[in-house]
Amino acid sequence: MNSRKRRGYAAAAATGASLALVLTACSGGDNDGGSEASASTDCAAYEQYGDLSGKEVSVYTSIVDPESKQQTDSYKPFEECTGATIKYEGSREFEAQLPVRLQAGNAPDIAYIPQPGFLKSIVADYPDVVVPAPQAVQDNAKEYYTQSWIDYGSVDGTLYATPLGANVKSFVWYSPSAFEENGYEIPKTWDDLMTLTDKIAADHPEAKPWCAGIESGDATGWPATDWLEDVVLRTAGPEVYDQWVNHEIPFNDPQILSALQTVGGILKNDKYVNGGLGDVKTIATTPWNEAANGIPDGTCYLHRAANFYQANWDPDLKVAEDGDVYAFYLPGKTEDDKPLLGGGEFVTAFADRPEVAAFQAFLSSPEWANEKAKVTGQGWFSANSGLDPSLLQNPLDKLSFDLLTDDSYTFRFDGSDQMPGAVGADAFWKQMTAWIGEDQSDEKTLDNIEAAWPAS
Amino acid sequence: MDWLLHPESTGQKFALMVIAILLFVVVMGVVLFGIDRIKRAPVWLVVTGFLGPTLLFVAFGLVYPGIRTIRTSFYDAKGTAFVGLDNYVTAFTDEGFQTVLRNTVLWVVIVPLAATFIGLVYAVLIDRTRFESFAKTLIFLPMAISLVGASIIWKFVYEFRPDIGNIQQIGLLNQLLVWLGLPPQQFLLNQPWNTLFLIAVMVWIQAGFAMTVLSAAIKAIPDDIVEAARLDGLHGVGMFRFITVPSIRPALIVVVTTIAMATLKVFDIVRTMTGGNFNTSVVAYEFYTQSFRAQNAGIGAALAVILFVLVIPIVVYNVRQLRLAEEIR
Repeated sequence: MNSRKRRGYAAAAATGASLALVLTACSGGDNDGGSEASASTDCAAYEQYGDLSGKEVSVYTSIVDPESKQQTDSYKPFEECTGATIKYEGSREFEAQLPVRLQAGNAPDIAYIPQPGFLKSIVADYPDVVVPAPQAVQDNAKEYYTQSWIDYGSVDGTLYATPLGANVKSFVWYSPSAFEENGYEIPKTWDDLMTLTDKIAADHPEAKPWCAGIESGDATGWPATDWLEDVVLRTAGPEVYDQWVNHEIPFNDPQILSALQTVGGILKNDKYVNGGLGDVKTIATTPWNEAANGIPDGTCYLHRAANFYQANWDPDLKVAEDGDVYAFYLPGKTEDDKPLLGGGEFVTAFADRPEVAAFQAFLSSPEWANEKAKVTGQGWFSANSGLDPSLLQNPLDKLSFDLLTDDSYTFRFDGSDQMPGAVGADAFWKQMTAWIGEDQSDEKTLDNIEAAWPAS
Repeated sequence: MDWLLHPESTGQKFALMVIAILLFVVVMGVVLFGIDRIKRAPVWLVVTGFLGPTLLFVAFGLVYPGIRTIRTSFYDAKGTAFVGLDNYVTAFTDEGFQTVLRNTVLWVVIVPLAATFIGLVYAVLIDRTRFESFAKTLIFLPMAISLVGASIIWKFVYEFRPDIGNIQQIGLLNQLLVWLGLPPQQFLLNQPWNTLFLIAVMVWIQAGFAMTVLSAAIKAIPDDIVEAARLDGLHGVGMFRFITVPSIRPALIVVVTTIAMATLKVFDIVRTMTGGNFNTSVVAYEFYTQSFRAQNAGIGAALAVILFVLVIPIVVYNVRQLRLAEEIR
């Protein structure tokens, strides 16, 4: 789950953070309601939303400090031009609390749901509370998003939500300088990647080709699920991937088993992992956000992780194609075979007041995407094709955005985020952790996850 | 007067605080004054006045949710279809849940006994020595640390780094092993020992509590008993076995049962140190993950009920012992 994935040692910070949240919540009302538009903002694009003075829209999300600041900053033009006030509330317990709030009749106006699977179950469980996307949002979605993103925001053909931000997971981090020194080339196919892996293992007996870590507090195991998803997309293809995610084929289908064996060929191979960290089992206890530290140190050369891993690098390291660390696209079977694994949050409304619809439309518009890109230094982009790429200040953000909006790449949403919670946020994580940490067999791992899939 | 409901500046918040305190004083004053004026309050008024709020809180905060939980445990994941005892059958037959129950038993047996034993021995050893208060402070300090804080401290103690090249250990325990010429160990990963290493954290925290209570009880043993025993020739272990332990028996029972109850509810340590992985999960953690992460309310509630049933005998025993102690007096 997206929010969990970003949190690292969440438990440690949780107490402090919740206090901070309370404080932010208290200070959130500082804006004066924004009745006067400042001279710096051009309000022409906001006229369509009408005058919303004195109206309030509450937002509930898993995005907390420090990223929440960039969120609230990006709403300012909307607040200034329309006069509406956005009440922002972030919570690390978002996934657990949202159903509780819906059940209690205390729904927020808007929630950013990071998992299509969660969106689906909310639509199924609370059909009277969740509001389908208004016309303006539908128009924006058609104009600025690819069909696969629209599908992930829809349930049974009805569009409910458009994506807010996006992330790309099919990346392999490496050190451009180490590659240059050794004359390594960026692999173009999966076979190239494995050849390169063997070559690194042979050239550098003191190091390992790969490093990996899947520890993430109570969400331990999620990076391993991303590994399997990425490989299923490559060995079995997007169609089988969709069937697998939607449980049209069993979780322990032979094609998935062979994908898991492929992953095991790297992650459970003592010759290939775990650079500078120890044996295979150390993957289970290495924090995901520290795992790649071996790349600048020279103890490993490759690390498969999402674009948002860049937030974990030492700030002194330069993230660029000619810098200290950078990422290349995790190649497909052939050069033409380009599946892309990623994720994002979905803006879902629980009220049909005009100001809520207006804000939801604003969040699906290029104006908002550009505003967000302006206030965010780096590490953010959107799948909104109206986003101006020149506003992205970081080369990797630009690369990710290019991949997302390039039609030759087949986008698929993170599978564990689409599965029911019992699998996607529990059994899948736990069994992958046992697969590595307890050397559980491939068959047993997949059988256990299949058994956890809820009936119906 | 909108700021009364939505105070924004610090000044307004302080003003609000002062108003709240004044309000409290006025209400309490009126109540106290009123009580003084009523010469003979009817019994029912006194009874409702004292018991009413408590009953109300217990009913809404404890009984109602308790009944709801028991009801949920007989329903499926979404709480819509009645499934009878299925959730309990799963909890007792599924391999994963069996491990959880086994771990919980290990915790509940080992932690109270180990913590109480260490606390008792420590209390006896330092009793009436010169460094008593300092020594007590040392072992009592962990009590002041939150469970999450303690878990993070111990996670560092157990931290593993491979013994290759010029990689330095950063975990205390593994550094000791390396100094002794032994290979470093993955304490949180290697089963079944990892559960014991988690239990050590709880013992570390609870031993201070046991020591404090038992030390006070030891000091309360009347001097004449001790003197009489000494005249009869009791020393050292004999004194401990026949005088100290029997004299503080009620305190011992309170300590063991209190720690046992705290241990049944252990959640923070498991969540922080292993996230329930590597077969270290316990009931209190598993019912949270099942209810709120796996969205399986039925199993979660069933585990909560199992936990509740497990606590009952300890509470009953505790209350009975307290009653017996009062009767003796």
